[in-house]
Amino acid sequence: MHKLKSMFFFLLQTEYGDIFKVTLEHDGDRVSELKIKYFDTIPVTASMCVLKSGFLFAASEFGNHALYQFKAIGDDDDVEASSATLMETEEGFQPVFFQPRRLKNLVRIDQVESLMPIMDMKVSNIFEEETPQIFTLCGRGPRSSLRILRTGLAVSEMAVSKLPGIPSAVWTVKKNVIDEFDAYIVVSFTNATLVLSIGETVEEVSDSGFLDTTPSLAVSLIGDDSLMQVHPNGIRHIREDGRINEWRTPGKRTISKVGSNRLQVVIALSGGELIYFEVDVTGQLMEVEKHEMSGDVACLDIAPVPEGRQRSRFLAVGSYDKTIRILSLDPDDCMQALSVQSVSSAPESLLFLEVQASIGGEDGADHPASLFLNAGLQNGVLFRTVVDMVTGQLSDSRSRFLGLRAPKLFPIIVRGKRAMLCLSSRPWLGYIHQGHFLLTPLSYETLEYAASFSSDQCVEGVVAVAGEALRIFTIERLGETFNETVIPLRYTPRKFVLQPKRKLLVMIESDQGALTAEEREAARKECFEAGQAGENGTGSADQMENGGEDEDKDDPLSDEHYGYPKAEADKWVSCIRVLDPRTGNTTCLLELQDNEAAFSICTVNFHDKEYGTLLAVGTAKGLQFYPKMGLTAGFIHIYRFVEEGRSLELLHKTQVEGVPLALCQFQGRLLAGIGPVLRLYDLGKKRLLRKCENKLFPNSIVSIHAYRDRIYVGDIQESFHYCKYRRDENQLYIFADDCVPRWLTASYHIDFDTMAGADKFGNVYFVRLPQDVSDEIEEDPTGGRIKWEQGKLNGAPNKVEEIVQFHVGDVVSCLQKASLIPGGGECIVYGTVMGSIGALHAFTSRDDVDFFSHLEMHMRQDHPPLCGRDHMAYRSAYFPVKDVIDGDLCEQFPTLPMDLQKKIAEELDRTPGEIMKKLEEVRNKII
Amino acid sequence: MQASDRFNINSQLEHLQAKYVGTGHADLNRFEWAVNIQRDSYASYIGHYPLLAYFAIAENESIGRERYTYMQKMLLPCGLPPEREED
Repeated sequence: MHKLKSMFFFLLQTEYGDIFKVTLEHDGDRVSELKIKYFDTIPVTASMCVLKSGFLFAASEFGNHALYQFKAIGDDDDVEASSATLMETEEGFQPVFFQPRRLKNLVRIDQVESLMPIMDMKVSNIFEEETPQIFTLCGRGPRSSLRILRTGLAVSEMAVSKLPGIPSAVWTVKKNVIDEFDAYIVVSFTNATLVLSIGETVEEVSDSGFLDTTPSLAVSLIGDDSLMQVHPNGIRHIREDGRINEWRTPGKRTISKVGSNRLQVVIALSGGELIYFEVDVTGQLMEVEKHEMSGDVACLDIAPVPEGRQRSRFLAVGSYDKTIRILSLDPDDCMQALSVQSVSSAPESLLFLEVQASIGGEDGADHPASLFLNAGLQNGVLFRTVVDMVTGQLSDSRSRFLGLRAPKLFPIIVRGKRAMLCLSSRPWLGYIHQGHFLLTPLSYETLEYAASFSSDQCVEGVVAVAGEALRIFTIERLGETFNETVIPLRYTPRKFVLQPKRKLLVMIESDQGALTAEEREAARKECFEAGQAGENGTGSADQMENGGEDEDKDDPLSDEHYGYPKAEADKWVSCIRVLDPRTGNTTCLLELQDNEAAFSICTVNFHDKEYGTLLAVGTAKGLQFYPKMGLTAGFIHIYRFVEEGRSLELLHKTQVEGVPLALCQFQGRLLAGIGPVLRLYDLGKKRLLRKCENKLFPNSIVSIHAYRDRIYVGDIQESFHYCKYRRDENQLYIFADDCVPRWLTASYHIDFDTMAGADKFGNVYFVRLPQDVSDEIEEDPTGGRIKWEQGKLNGAPNKVEEIVQFHVGDVVSCLQKASLIPGGGECIVYGTVMGSIGALHAFTSRDDVDFFSHLEMHMRQDHPPLCGRDHMAYRSAYFPVKDVIDGDLCEQFPTLPMDLQKKIAEELDRTPGEIMKKLEEVRNKII
Repeated sequence: MQASDRFNINSQLEHLQAKYVGTGHADLNRFEWAVNIQRDSYASYIGHYPLLAYFAIAENESIGRERYTYMQKMLLPCGLPPEREED
């Protein structure tokens, strides 16, 4: 409910999403009448906020949040009720009916993506890209979706055109320094140069003044209005009036590398000689100085000319002897070496980036202006150092491995500032976001060369060459870690499995209290006819209260917007879907009939290989929660994959006496957890055959994992139970369980003795069977220990120990051990009900543990949480925190004021820069 | 314990019960004990938004409706109190 001060009305939203505008008639302080009017319908929100500028921000309960703009304020004709005219009958007040319709007063401007709630998540590299993708089932009801998340920024391709031949480089130039848009795209091939002009269309021009019979090494704007082309035999200077000056290389030498900015050019000749040119006041390029380097030059760069200055001071030269030198370009000490830095591998490309001074910038901290030198090295590492603006000394270096190819660095414009595009085996973007320098990968293919591109259709774009094509694209949504592809689903998704061989996903969706698709269609048709007959929708009010009514023939209300109509609480709708994630197409959708709902799914390879891989789905019929938990029947369906895995065919249904909430394949048979019973089934012709069972579990079984002959069963209330299956006796024995009750929501098998779990109250924990107990159990030949050992207090004879415990604060719904970066570095990735994805990373050295524990301790004392709760108490809300360091708290270190940073750093015996470097290193190991 | 403490203990307990709702005592009967547990549970569910969201997904209701239901249930969580036995 919110009110706008200038106009004084309230907006109320019901649980179905309908918004009503409420106005009060009042004289002075006394209210005489209350008018309520139907306004619009949007998805149910947790909170709405009306902005003075005429926008409505709707923070949805589940799913994407939306920003709407007010088109009208609901003063048109609409269903209205007023307190003055309310009629009272014997049954209470007479209800007023209305028809939900399309958005009339609001128009949606933008969306904020939200993964809430994540029902299931798997990390897998189905598309065989460089990093694995995260598949998440999110959302609820009609707004549910499968979202495929990829690390990196999304790229929107604007144009792709084929070129004659394989290009080696591309540049863009403006004709004049005050021009807003680029004029030419110059593409260099091995033996020619192509010039394209940017206008309404991109076309080839031959009168630009550029020499097109030789390859080019650099093309840029010089002075205010002249163009420069550097080719292996010289420099071509094209003045605005068309005059062309050429400078030829002396003797037979060729130019190998170029570094330039708007007023200075340095070229490197083969053999290691550097020649420095400057643009003088007449706009003429004058040779200023020469310098001999000890060997061939690998790469050059000059920092851009600072504001108000005539020249930039620093020239960076990278040599094949694995060094980078900074030379001065000042007239008094021209070409003097200011500093040298040796690096781990020969540099391939250099780039200077300047960070402007900001006082009280976006993150509240003060940053002095600083200059960074970035170097892409042959071993695929990006090397960053700070260049002291006065002395030219290099300090505080950081490295990051980017990919298998040597990164080439290019300056592009991002948000008006100079940013860096690094092209390695995948492109990366380094840019300043909210005061931090971020280096994020782009979800795009390998590129060879790139340049910034700006035209009136695409103001901040990039033009790049890859293979034989010229590509123009823009980078979207800066600052986000993942970019997502959304595939909508029908009902609330519950679980899914990957079919790795066929690269398909099979998922189950179910919803309580909703009507099936056919019923919805039938009801919709009925209302439409009723509406046409002149009734005001009263005939439909008993069938549904929301949605499903057609305003007119071509305006059906989308379910996604309005929600499904509500049915009685014990009517379930459910479906099983086979989806191809590459295309987003559903290849098979089976709706379950007869009030059945699916709850568990798993692929099974029975030892009887007649049918190949089968799909087992556990369902319940007529399940109800209130007033008492009960069901008519439970089933396990067995499906066969047909049409190369794209479609399902039911083999048979086996009735069971409870809800099979957990299914797992085990040694060629199916393990099912049905209520408190764990049962082993074999495949029969007409139904599943019971082979073995264990009824000793305390409550419902919610998860089963199996490894060799150990079965890790998760109970809904009592955490994990470790069981062993003895084949010779065909018996299941529980030999270990947990000491404390845990209401499990997610579980994952880590190794032979360790399980990771998450509980309903927002905790994540790991349990491990002590090594000696594990050895005893394994070495026991006759099973005597397991069979006869009694547990105390109704538990199992052995107990597992808790080795890790942490209160996340959010209910974790799925856990998986995965690596999000190429080249190992596995961590536990989890998804929560509130839509966040987090990671738990294991330390590999004691030093790291010490360092981070102390850092966390200082952060707890000096930077307590905003709302006053004690950090350690919060993370130990249910169980004392054990062996987990809060990375989010440690990462807040850079936001502290400088003196506090120095104080903490001193206590840790390091400098603030070193601490931030260490934080960056740990983060780079995860994503 | 001094003799004077024995006289204060009842008033102290009542003060505690008024200050911290749900404080029990040695002679709690089964009904009151269950009511305290249920009320604590509902209060915890309402206070922890992720848990409320979890229940809302399970029952296919909106979060606001769940919150309202739990608040209403806090009035009489276990139904009416049992008939007092006449001494």
